Amino acid sequence: MLNTFVMPDFYPAASELFLAAMACVILVVDAFAGPARRWLTAILTMLTLVGCMVITYLTFDGSSALTFGNMFVDDPVADFLKLLVYIAVIVVLIYGRDYMAARNLDKGEYYLLVLFATLGMMVMISAYNFLTLYLGLEMMSLSLYAMVAIDRDSARATEAAMKYFVLGALASGLLLYGMSMIYGATGTLELGVVAQAIHEGTTNRTILVFGLVFMVAGIAFKLGVVPFHMWIPDVYHGAPTAVTLFISSAPKLAAFAMALRLLVSGLFGLAEQWQTMLMIMAVASIGLGNLAAIAQTNIKRMLAYSAISHMGFMLLALMSGVAGAQLDPMALINAYSSAMYYSVAYVLMSLGTFGMVLLLSRAGYEAENLEDFKGLNQRSPWFALMMAILMFSMAGIPFFVGFFAKFSVLLAAIAAGHVAVVIIAVMFSLVGAYYYLRVVKLMYFDKPVDGAPIQAGLDMRLLLSANGLAVALFGIFPDSLMMLCTATLVRSL
Amino acid sequence: MNSYLLSLAIWVPIIGALPILALGSERRDLVRRLSLAVAIAAFLVTLPLYTGFDRQFVGMQFVEIAPWIPRFNVQYFLGIDGISVLFILLNSFVTVLVVLAGWEVIEQKTAQYMAAFLIMSGLMNGIFASLDAVLFYVFFEASLIPMYIIIGVWGGPNRVYAAFKFFLYTLLGSLLMLVSLLYLFLEAGGSFNLLEWHQLRLSMAPQILVFIAFLVAFAVKVPMWPVHTWLPDAHVEAPTGGSVVLAAIMLKLGAYGFVRFSLPILPDASHYLAPMMIALSLIAVVYIGFVALVQTDMKKLIAYSSISHMGFVTLGFFIFNQIGVEGALVQMISHGFVSAAMFLCVGVMYDRMHSRQIADYGGVVNTMPKFAAFFMLFAMANSGLPATSGFVGEFMVILGAIKYNFWVGFAAATTLILGAAYTLWMYKRVAFGAVANDHVAKLSDIGAREFMVLALLAAAVLAMGIYPFPFTDVMHVSVDNLLKHVAVSKL
Repeated sequence: MLNTFVMPDFYPAASELFLAAMACVILVVDAFAGPARRWLTAILTMLTLVGCMVITYLTFDGSSALTFGNMFVDDPVADFLKLLVYIAVIVVLIYGRDYMAARNLDKGEYYLLVLFATLGMMVMISAYNFLTLYLGLEMMSLSLYAMVAIDRDSARATEAAMKYFVLGALASGLLLYGMSMIYGATGTLELGVVAQAIHEGTTNRTILVFGLVFMVAGIAFKLGVVPFHMWIPDVYHGAPTAVTLFISSAPKLAAFAMALRLLVSGLFGLAEQWQTMLMIMAVASIGLGNLAAIAQTNIKRMLAYSAISHMGFMLLALMSGVAGAQLDPMALINAYSSAMYYSVAYVLMSLGTFGMVLLLSRAGYEAENLEDFKGLNQRSPWFALMMAILMFSMAGIPFFVGFFAKFSVLLAAIAAGHVAVVIIAVMFSLVGAYYYLRVVKLMYFDKPVDGAPIQAGLDMRLLLSANGLAVALFGIFPDSLMMLCTATLVRSL
Repeated sequence: MNSYLLSLAIWVPIIGALPILALGSERRDLVRRLSLAVAIAAFLVTLPLYTGFDRQFVGMQFVEIAPWIPRFNVQYFLGIDGISVLFILLNSFVTVLVVLAGWEVIEQKTAQYMAAFLIMSGLMNGIFASLDAVLFYVFFEASLIPMYIIIGVWGGPNRVYAAFKFFLYTLLGSLLMLVSLLYLFLEAGGSFNLLEWHQLRLSMAPQILVFIAFLVAFAVKVPMWPVHTWLPDAHVEAPTGGSVVLAAIMLKLGAYGFVRFSLPILPDASHYLAPMMIALSLIAVVYIGFVALVQTDMKKLIAYSSISHMGFVTLGFFIFNQIGVEGALVQMISHGFVSAAMFLCVGVMYDRMHSRQIADYGGVVNTMPKFAAFFMLFAMANSGLPATSGFVGEFMVILGAIKYNFWVGFAAATTLILGAAYTLWMYKRVAFGAVANDHVAKLSDIGAREFMVLALLAAAVLAMGIYPFPFTDVMHVSVDNLLKHVAVSKL
């Protein structure tokens, strides 16, 4: 047997290996350093992420490589998404630092869970096999369940974690069941081979579609779209805000990658079927997300519903790749790159918005109600402006990145002939504009109730300003980000 | 030929607003002076657009073109013809007045107030100068943000309701427009270039659908009956400067949209649906005229009178003859001056009395003679008296309408009676008679700053009324070209 073993090429997975090794090192260092030298853990975590960034950047050269017996792929999309994940995680750590420290939650576990969740996302992003993908997904999810419950004395957080865990486990089960069906029909777990088998048409369609339904359900749960959205508001609300920030950012990129890998790379032959499913989920998410968000008084819940509607928009592009009998490669690229661009833009906005919620919170005070934004323009005109930029961007008003994200998604959907769906979507985004505008109204038109000055470190202030300005800048000059999404996708598909 | 004048017209006020925002509102005096300087500079850079304008040239002038979003073939494509040049000038001129009008009155957050107006002015210049559909749309929608803030922060008691209503109403239209822009992009084979769209062939069914989507967007903005209800609310609650910009410029955006998008891109649908458009316009002219008659709030009255006057504009466009379209454009410019002046006059009184109710006034002429003289002139212009700018446009449109159909012209002409009735009756109740109460008795006449603002407008109103040639001369070739274009079917 020994002579059949082929040493895998570790180079494509260098950043994952580095992160895994560093996570183990930090685990030990943290145990020995103790609570007094927690900064060491924090700094090592940062350095690890920066190191990953360097490694990934070095391999970000437009080429694709398969390794570990075709279980793991390192292509431009993977590198690009991973880079964004690192950036998002670094931002999360900086935004959340004061918040977690003030609540005595910045234990070593927090940093480790962040790292392991990141590793899970990286594996998901690079998965080229059902099992690798499942492995990454579980690694990310289990870390997230624990992070939601990190404030173990909070009944609300525990409840949220429990809900998240039970529903998440159910969804993972569905996904796994779907995978086993596909395996049964095609006899393989490798995405490329599955696609090939479906393309050849020798497989049993009924079993395939049966498996597809379960897989789509699993994906929908991770993205948090209707009807698998129930966990989102409770988890967003229940988790400590810094953790909500984390859940609402990088995992969305990983979930997008999962959808792209499974549906486009693996089950592309069933596009006609899954596009219809996505369409229903997209319309339902955009509708429900926007309507339910109006009724919220808690900003975390409001943003949770807004996340549902945004993911619905993303699906709108994902379901627009194949139209008619003829396969148009341009349409494919347009649709999937729009979906990717939308996810990236959403993560950028989501980071900023939850960052603002964290900015207004301080020791012993959770600024999580909409009321807390009252009169922000008088307390801090600069950050009111940043929040206004973020809100207008989320509402899809130009010149902000959110508009161009919607623009490219709608264009892809119209090109695929879904004009009616697009009209429904824009009408609901009109409804959605109301609750984003309400935040602007609270900040600008109302008098402040909370006069306390804003306490935040300089790093957070600078980063949050950069985040807000990035939302504006990528709206005034949207081309670079769009092109990057398109170019990486073209080279990977 | 690449010129940078249009870019300057757009970006000078926007960039100029940034240091004003950064200064903050503590240094009020500096903020006001700087704002005035920026506004005047922004006006001055638009002047060469008029003086350097080639009146015989068919097509776009001062063209600037550069790639903006190559991914979707979106260009930073600017250019003006005889139709849009006047609006850029009008907009920049009105911005100067607005800065002056807010000089002492705005005590809270002065810097943000001034910056909002300057940014809005730049964005609106962008709308008039854009020849790329996405660029147009982006400016069109972005201009909602400053107006929303202006109404909501410095507005009256019911400002929040008005601000939301304004924003959401307008957004409803623009989103439908966005969908049709994307559709046209695909039909045109991947181009957002408006000039290319003007040559685009479209069959009747999509033309009508796109026309309706555009109609919703532009009709809300004009506003046409029956989607006009946001305007009185917005006007009543907005601060004076907000009302002035709203009436003088923002309403023109909708009408401009018809000329730039609906008519040339969808000529067949425009002809097919012209009877409906004419009917809606006449309802606005006549019915809204009656509504204006019964208003007790001065600002509301002028708001309804604006809707009625804008009905004239849409009427002029959809009768498809030279004099009608030119009359409509003249009416737009004239209404820009007159409505701005009317709102400023109400603002002058409101600053002193803090009431807009007609019933609270009476005999103002006794205490404010200079003001009453100006107010009289503008009231006359609003009711379309010859030798004021209001007359020229209305007369031309009525003439055009009679050419089209006698009864349409007849119905439109009733505005001369209705307009005079509601405006002069209001003027009579406010200005004439004995001094009504102690508050009126204590009124002080206008100061030098207010005098200057009103005098500038009065000069414009009279000049345009007595000698409209400089205005019509600029637009003549472009209107001619537009009508020739619209007469050719695209089926």
